[in-house]
Amino acid sequence: MFTKSQHCIIIGASHAGVQAAFSLRKEGWEGKISLFDSSSFLPYHRPPLSKSFLCENHPHEKYQLKSKAAYEKADIDLQLGISILSVQRKQKVVISREGKTYPYDKLILALGGSPIIPPIPGIDSSNKVFPLRTLEDVQQIKEALHATQSKRVAIVGGGYIGLETAASLRKLGARVTVLEREERVLARVTCNEMSYFFQQLHTSHGVQILTQKEVVHIQDHPSKVALYCSDGSTFTSDICILGVGISPNTSLANEASLEIKNGVLADSTGKTSDPDIYAIGDCSNHFHEGYQTHLRLESVQNAVDQAKVAAANICGKEITYDSIPWFWSDQYSIKLQIAGLSTGYTEVICRKSSDTSFSFWYFRNDTLLAVDAINDAKAYVNGMKWLKGRIQLDKEKIANDKEELKLAAVE
Amino acid sequence: MAKITFITQSGEQLTFEGESGSIMELAVQNDISGIDGDCGGVCSCATCHVHVDPTYFPQTGEAEEIEKDMLELAENVKPTSRLCCQLEIKEELDGIILTVANE
Repeated sequence: MFTKSQHCIIIGASHAGVQAAFSLRKEGWEGKISLFDSSSFLPYHRPPLSKSFLCENHPHEKYQLKSKAAYEKADIDLQLGISILSVQRKQKVVISREGKTYPYDKLILALGGSPIIPPIPGIDSSNKVFPLRTLEDVQQIKEALHATQSKRVAIVGGGYIGLETAASLRKLGARVTVLEREERVLARVTCNEMSYFFQQLHTSHGVQILTQKEVVHIQDHPSKVALYCSDGSTFTSDICILGVGISPNTSLANEASLEIKNGVLADSTGKTSDPDIYAIGDCSNHFHEGYQTHLRLESVQNAVDQAKVAAANICGKEITYDSIPWFWSDQYSIKLQIAGLSTGYTEVICRKSSDTSFSFWYFRNDTLLAVDAINDAKAYVNGMKWLKGRIQLDKEKIANDKEELKLAAVE
Repeated sequence: MAKITFITQSGEQLTFEGESGSIMELAVQNDISGIDGDCGGVCSCATCHVHVDPTYFPQTGEAEEIEKDMLELAENVKPTSRLCCQLEIKEELDGIILTVANE
């Protein structure tokens, strides 16, 4: 078992890493816990970055995951502004940029992901193109936007980050154009009808949404940036924000020769190919017991739940990760809640109470896979319960909003 | 300004003064056990569940529909259950006593 002399090191202090540190204490870890992050900010909530943090003027302290005192109370050694550059598995040490060596007994990698910077000529030399992943990124975007008169923003990518950012920027009075490469926004994650709804929603709020626009060249001008698309069209704006996804941060694990495959490969407890090293959160391609496959998920729920499972296992409890994934997105007055994963669906059923309150139910034959609920927490909550219980459903009752939703469960 | 008292599942009783923001934020800042606030306060996760002392329930009032629906995912629900991310700190709540629903 574990003793007071043991040391658990966690690399990465965002949702997953911070949860892991506190869960280790809750599960009875008596040894030292060190939590490293290259950022100097006290760990913060990421989802508000594209939402309220961008469009409201709250101090960043409002978004802290835990107070400074909470880390002290739990005896978590928070090492901010320290980059760990190497893991030496034979010696069981990690080494910082400054060359300092820290020995570990257990190591948790909560490395997160980095925004994908597409290989577009001109993108690297532009100082008007911003990713949106960290508090520093959003501070830079706010400053750059503030410095412009016309507040024209081009967003590359019509995924959740791109669309949330568009909604927030509209609140700030910016003129927003979204350039999406695919035929529809949210193409990778939702059905046609949902894409259409969000496209209409943004259009009605004055956002220009353009699909099948592949940016092939970016050029800075003195006070603007020009985006050239493959179809010959050109868009000029004051700043450009990238929302084309993230790639998992794996280089640290790769150099330590851990198994890598679309992230750091982990089992259903979070354990990597090294029994003393765990990988959790966005960087972890873990085996999910419920889906019986490897998954790499980018969400708060995944980060938090995986952290709890890894911490419990490190403390000797044998539990595996099988949570139903859930997500949310807030845009204008629309609250989207998602339960489950729709990948592989064969049929989508719509249940509509009104134009702004409805849900999409994704099935593979007769099995419910996921629910997308728009301003409809009832649909989300019932969907979540049914996914957990693997309940058989009457599709006709789901589609009929005159029927009480609960009655759709087949006894 | 309002004084807010939390009683945790282990029986610990803690009182804090809050100026603004939500009661969930106050709880998280002060590391109240059982209040996680995973979604950051947008009524999406049901990890800030409290039971309002019945004496003070008229001041908080009942939950909105979305909050009521989300409470269906919570355990240990009572008639005075609320998700405290939806409770803004204001003077009317001065003295309120909240029991944290989860460990």
